[in-house]
Amino acid sequence: MSILWTILILLSPLVVGYGVGRFLEGRHFDSLQERESGFGQRVPLLNIKRPPMAEPPPPTELVLGSVVISVDYFKRFLAALRLLVGGHLGSYESLVERARREALLRMREKAAALGATMVVNVRLETASISKGIGQNAVGSVEVLAYGTAVLPAPSSAFNAETT
Amino acid sequence: MIKTTLEYVPGMTVVRHLGIVQGSTVRAKHIGRDIMAGLKNIVGGELGGYTELLSQARDEALSRMEMQADAMGANAVLNVRFSTSSVAQGAAEILVYGTAVNVE
Repeated sequence: MSILWTILILLSPLVVGYGVGRFLEGRHFDSLQERESGFGQRVPLLNIKRPPMAEPPPPTELVLGSVVISVDYFKRFLAALRLLVGGHLGSYESLVERARREALLRMREKAAALGATMVVNVRLETASISKGIGQNAVGSVEVLAYGTAVLPAPSSAFNAETT
Repeated sequence: MIKTTLEYVPGMTVVRHLGIVQGSTVRAKHIGRDIMAGLKNIVGGELGGYTELLSQARDEALSRMEMQADAMGANAVLNVRFSTSSVAQGAAEILVYGTAVNVE
């Protein structure tokens, strides 16, 4: 009987991780989808260094967006198995995809709040903020997106043209 | 102070390059947040405490860089870049650097 309990206790994070993690991830993807097709979407993001600039030259502003996302217990378990045989690590791919989209979205929302017409020279940076070995490893990544928001020139018809 | 990721400021010309400026800060996560993060580790998802911690650290690094640029007499920092590295278990270093210039 006690062995059964031990097995149950060991398995419970896996089951909870699978169920709740899957649900939360699905909800996050839905929310990303919804927000990406929403208001902020109207601000184009460019990663070119010398973008076409309107005349007179517009004011600019540095914008940042960042997020730290952790993977669930079940996926970490899958990843640990996968590390033995190598190959395509699908469970971590969705983690970095979520983080990257979220960071870009946050940056874009900030730019939209400033009334930017576009964000140029966008850079993405990924960092794993805590490292560890084995079961204590925090499978989390931080993604930072930053760029220069181009604001509408104070006295021009440039803004009216883009909306 | 103008801070930009571009190599120039639209409509202005660089009159003087003053050299590289940087600001950095090392932050350790706090135990309360770590416990929450431990729970979050089971179900996955955003670690809000860490997001906040790192964005505060980044603001701090930016203001340190700005102070340094001010001391040099600059009025703009060009080509700003961010970098993060974990220096120890549970601590992260945030570095921001750029080129201090005078623009007109």
